[in-house]
Amino acid sequence: MFTKLIKKSGVMTCVAGALMLVMSQSALAVDLTVYTAVEAEDLARYAETFNKDHPDINIKWVRDSTGIVTAKLLAEKNNPQADVIWGLAGTSLLLMKSEGMLEPYKPKGVELLDPKFVDQSPVPSWTGMDAWVAAVCYNTVEAAKHNLKPPKTWTDLLKPMYKGHLIMPNPNSSGTGFLDVSSWLQMFGKEQGGWDYMDRLHKNIARYTHSGSKPCKLAAAGEIPIGISFAFRGARSKAKGAPIEIIVPEEGVGWEMEASGIIAGTPNLKAAQTLIDWSISKTAMEMYNTAYAVVGMPGVAKPVKYFPDTLLERMIVNDFEWAANNRKAILAEWLKRYDSKSEAK
Amino acid sequence: MTESATIAAGAAPLIKPRTSKDDRVMVGFILVICLYLLITLAFPLYAMLSKSFSTYAFDLTNFEFQVNTGDGWSETFNAAEQNEKIQKFKPEDLVTSSDGRLAPTEFFPEFSFRSPTLYKLRQVRGDTSFLFGTERVDDTDWHEYSSNDFRRIVIRPSGATGLDNFRTYFSTPALFRSIENSLFISILSTIITVSLAFWFAYALNRSRMRFKGLFRLIAMIPILVPSLLPGIALVYLFGNQGMIKGLLFGESIYGPIGIVMGSVFFTFPHALIIITTALAISDGRLYEAATALRASRWRTFWTVTIPGARYGLISAAFVVFNLVITDFGLPKVIGGQYNMLAVDIYKQVIGQQNFEMGAVVSVVLLVPALLAFGIDRYVQKKQVAQLSARSVPYVPKPHKQFDRICLGYCSLIAIFIVGLIAVCQYAALIKFWPYNLSFSLDNYNFKVMDGGGWDSYTNSIQLGLYTALAGTVIVFIGAYMVEKTNGFFATRSSFQFLAMMPMAIPGMVLGLAYIFFFNNPDNPLNTIYGTLLIMVICTVTHFYTVSHLTAVTALKQMDREFESVAASLKQPFHKLFSKVTVPVCLPSILDISIYLFVNAMTTVSAVIFLYSPDTTLASVAVLNMDDAGDVAPAAAMGMMIFYTNVGARLIHQFVSRNVVRRTQAWRGN
Repeated sequence: MFTKLIKKSGVMTCVAGALMLVMSQSALAVDLTVYTAVEAEDLARYAETFNKDHPDINIKWVRDSTGIVTAKLLAEKNNPQADVIWGLAGTSLLLMKSEGMLEPYKPKGVELLDPKFVDQSPVPSWTGMDAWVAAVCYNTVEAAKHNLKPPKTWTDLLKPMYKGHLIMPNPNSSGTGFLDVSSWLQMFGKEQGGWDYMDRLHKNIARYTHSGSKPCKLAAAGEIPIGISFAFRGARSKAKGAPIEIIVPEEGVGWEMEASGIIAGTPNLKAAQTLIDWSISKTAMEMYNTAYAVVGMPGVAKPVKYFPDTLLERMIVNDFEWAANNRKAILAEWLKRYDSKSEAK
Repeated sequence: MTESATIAAGAAPLIKPRTSKDDRVMVGFILVICLYLLITLAFPLYAMLSKSFSTYAFDLTNFEFQVNTGDGWSETFNAAEQNEKIQKFKPEDLVTSSDGRLAPTEFFPEFSFRSPTLYKLRQVRGDTSFLFGTERVDDTDWHEYSSNDFRRIVIRPSGATGLDNFRTYFSTPALFRSIENSLFISILSTIITVSLAFWFAYALNRSRMRFKGLFRLIAMIPILVPSLLPGIALVYLFGNQGMIKGLLFGESIYGPIGIVMGSVFFTFPHALIIITTALAISDGRLYEAATALRASRWRTFWTVTIPGARYGLISAAFVVFNLVITDFGLPKVIGGQYNMLAVDIYKQVIGQQNFEMGAVVSVVLLVPALLAFGIDRYVQKKQVAQLSARSVPYVPKPHKQFDRICLGYCSLIAIFIVGLIAVCQYAALIKFWPYNLSFSLDNYNFKVMDGGGWDSYTNSIQLGLYTALAGTVIVFIGAYMVEKTNGFFATRSSFQFLAMMPMAIPGMVLGLAYIFFFNNPDNPLNTIYGTLLIMVICTVTHFYTVSHLTAVTALKQMDREFESVAASLKQPFHKLFSKVTVPVCLPSILDISIYLFVNAMTTVSAVIFLYSPDTTLASVAVLNMDDAGDVAPAAAMGMMIFYTNVGARLIHQFVSRNVVRRTQAWRGN
């Protein structure tokens, strides 16, 4: 029985091998495995636009939320499965870089990008695509029921009237949550002021969510009047008809970029470089602009519907290096101070 | 070691040399399935255990400095010596995780980035690294920096082994509190579920109320849905926009209340099955005696009913406790800020990419789960047969008032169960709760949401079918071999032990262990990582114990005489197996496969770390859509799982009936 099986499997291998040979000869297209955290609804459009210029490169998307993609990349550190990262949080790419997982490459046209969107090493390891910006989603219908006034600033959110009507993402699980926290620390004081602000804000927070888009979706659904989230999500919910306003606090707002890089050791280096070149081209930037109000190349972005116009000017000068290198310490401190909301009850 | 033991044991019964060849083949099978369980259970758990001891700390001896304050370079000194001198960090401060960073400026109290001081830094060995800004440096050369550049340097930790992770865990109050929370929720849910299920079972067994069949059917519904679905329903009922949130009197559903309500929902059928079985085997003669002795109903209840059902109650309690403490989906959906162990594992791994701490929490979660399992096994062993050949089944007499109370009580429970499911279906069909209550199918357009779209639904069905098929074959063959082999005591008992293990291992722990074991480049099996196959294996292993016990029970009903007769007729065992054993046990085999299918459709915890973008699953999609705030589509997907399982059960029932007619006619009823 076993010999039969072995014979059978032997034949199968031969057939499979022959098939693969035929396939590899007939199709010259290169398959690129691309890890991404870009919203699911945009992926097909991205690949389609790219294939208009490069039909010979076939993108195989591996999509998940930022945390999961980052965890996956780190878990595969010694056995990488990805060729390229296209559209993952900048801080995650900084982490990959410090692990030596990125292949430095200077893409064509990189000088046209805003320097904020390019790794400052002589040969950059990553390049930015667009930015997602923190914002407050404010449900006008629910707020009216509770007699709330719309907040103008971050400090407004400390007012007692918002107590229990506020929700924000947990920075330990959400990239959006972390960019909020790191921006408050940068604006109000890294050592003391930022934490004082969060201590007081914590008293008003109903609970912390795992994901960064959930606060805005919950605000859109009226589950809670005010959700600290990001502008992109707010605009999407508003487009769907949710009664929300997108508020950009006056002190300034944190932001994070979506960035791309090549995984060191990829067997498809040429194709990977082609993709990275294209990912910072004007065509690509225009493509990002349909959903994101801020893109890496200055002068390309047109206003996006439902995005507040004050967004661009209120983005803070974000020190990503500081944020990345202090991430661990910030999260540990946050955990110590706030990750036991239930205790207060 | 095992080999010598088996040979010794096998050599002993020399009286029956004729069966020995068959027996050896059968032991071969046992060893193969033993090996399977070792690879899919023991080795991964070992890999996880060792991961929990893998720590990261800053190795200060490896970093050397030279300082130049304007009058030439100083002597070389390392960070450890400097730390000693200024008494800055205690050893426990230097323990961190892989993404920990430490600024060397901390070692220079007088440091100012404006001073003209120059600094040189090098690593003695190349096995650590430091970052200049974001630039990674892992050579052993001297690097010179101005003080303004020097402040941008951070050193990175290097790996070691030790107990430090556990020390960190137990000194982090937020993490430590999860243990309390998990125990509190599990104990409370256990008490509530077991009491509710007991009275439900009591009504089913001891009253003459109507609609018993319907109540039995309804009570089984929660088995058919993922454990997080009741959480979603509770949000729609009691959330801030909930339909009947007034009933909570201002309390928040997000937290202990929600978790306990949901836990009661999804553990109810598990408790009910065990308690019903326990009540069903009571001896009618005891009740006759009680009546003859003029004992009151109350007294009879405490002296006859409860003692008779006590083992069932204890067993149900431990099963429920284990289900609640290891469940992850429900507290994730409705737990709010209330931290529980299973969610902590997820947060550590997915949120912070801290695999080591994830492993530590897993080990912590293993303790209560193993304990509950051990006690349950111990109690089961003490149970003696209640039902003797002379027992008379208890037949309840009509009792109008009692029957009416029973009917009312069971109706309440049934309304709770059906209500939660109905709410989910309603929510799935609403366009935009609570602002646009028109009906639409928008929420079924899974393509534009997180979670993998409709593919994840078909993937789940595939997973279910493969799991049912492969699992049933493996489990039944394993059970047959271990039940019907002669001798080889050591092999058989170690197999029994391995087969009981999965019951005590939480799904998340198993899943995480699989990452550590199968995603290791040195493991020749790592090609299955990220495929559907690894999830099939994980699911089969996760649900192995119950399937195994079902098979063993069925096989125990068959006298060993069959084997002896077959042997004396010189029939090989595989002929007996295929011609007699399988047909006789076919109903149980079908039960095992439907059990595996339904569980593969609903499980979240076992596969949450294992799915890849090509193999997203419906149950995981429910979780991910809820996580992203798409609660209504999550409910829609959850209901798809429900309907699929209902369909599977109907097919199962139909097939079973035909099979019973064809193969079980000899049973005579």
